[in-house]
Amino acid sequence: MTESTPRLGYGLVVASLIIALILTVLPMPHWAAELRPQWVALTLIFWSLTQPERVGIFWAFGTGVLLDVVSGTVLGQNALALSVVVYLAIQLHQRIRIFPLWQQAVSVWVLLLVERLLTVWILGATGAPTPTLWYWVPTFFGMVLWPWLSLLLRDLGARLEGG
Amino acid sequence: MFVQGPSPTARLFLVLALSLGLIVADHRFRHLDALRSTLTVVVYPLLYAANLPASLSSKVRVRLANEAQLREENAALHRDNLLLRGRLQQFDALEAENRRLRDLLGSSFKIGDRVLVAELLGVALNPYRQQVVIDKGSTSGVYVGQPVLDANAVMGQVVRVDPLTATVLLITDADHALPVQVSRNGLRTLASGTGVVNRLELPHLTNNADIQVGDQLFTSGLDGRFPAGYPVARVVEVRIEPGKPFASVVAEPNARLDRAREVLLVWTLPTTSAQASLGNRGPAPAGGQPGAQP
Repeated sequence: MTESTPRLGYGLVVASLIIALILTVLPMPHWAAELRPQWVALTLIFWSLTQPERVGIFWAFGTGVLLDVVSGTVLGQNALALSVVVYLAIQLHQRIRIFPLWQQAVSVWVLLLVERLLTVWILGATGAPTPTLWYWVPTFFGMVLWPWLSLLLRDLGARLEGG
Repeated sequence: MFVQGPSPTARLFLVLALSLGLIVADHRFRHLDALRSTLTVVVYPLLYAANLPASLSSKVRVRLANEAQLREENAALHRDNLLLRGRLQQFDALEAENRRLRDLLGSSFKIGDRVLVAELLGVALNPYRQQVVIDKGSTSGVYVGQPVLDANAVMGQVVRVDPLTATVLLITDADHALPVQVSRNGLRTLASGTGVVNRLELPHLTNNADIQVGDQLFTSGLDGRFPAGYPVARVVEVRIEPGKPFASVVAEPNARLDRAREVLLVWTLPTTSAQASLGNRGPAPAGGQPGAQP
């Protein structure tokens, strides 16, 4: 994983974030609604770990506001949580990048937990009902998905860059 | 390219201040509706794309339906139509009678509301809010506070209107409450949402209130928002705890909140305060309908 690859445009970043947003609002059966992985958080974590000098906190903020709009939450809720997560990812990216994949997955799990924690705090502050324990389950899905997602995005990035 | 820019920590504080400002402005003061509706137009393609698989699969299902199924469905619709027409004859007579009686009382109440059919965009919102998005917006004349029904009963009300879509708060949302009336005895109370699908609470009924399992609740119209006399929910549980001043009463909405695909938007015709005071005297508008609910 060499340093920045300026030739690669923002196309893939934007496309992956759009797909993550769509996956977040894709209708699912009722029982599965609370198990949906945190797609947007995962994608942002990937980009801020691999390209911290390009995809930063402002990206997280913008994507978070869009996520707030499509998912009908209080404006700023996801923006705040995602910004903090991306900040942590950027601060730790040099350490996390050299971890083996499974250790990376555990670090990502911690980041996803931070996102959930901040969100539950905002939910509480805005008077929303306290979520059930299922609320924390998607972080585990995120941890399991992380290796596949990161391999997929890295491969796509390499292909686009080569082609 | 941002090497010269502010440090990540400075950026974080900037963004945190911005987000907290957004949260406060949106939650406390509701200043951001214009921003939100602009952004909704921007993300409309996303919502449309997310809805595509569901709408495609329902289209494919219609294409693949075989003749026998269609025949059967057609027959069922014919049956229903006949039944409803039969009921409507009676309803016309009742409506005329009702209007005559109200004329006698000097009230300017009008029966008959304008409705528009809207389709749910099959979009999953935050699982902790009971909200849905529909495909009609301010261009179709939808307004904030507008009642939304499905084929069976009251579903909720419009809380946000954008040019092409609108967000509907369902009656089971924890932030929602609506005034209802028990059809059996006209008892008035509030039904508030619990945040759980298919569960409403009636928190303000005392232990000696006359309420039973199976009671049908109708809108009372006292809020001036929901038209009177639409079915809302059926009482499924009454628990009286002697130590507490209030009974714990749970009702199940008649509307199929988690399954409906088409909803009715209602334009209530203007009512006067005279009507509200009439509504107190008894479930007059509701009285004609309980028979229609088997």
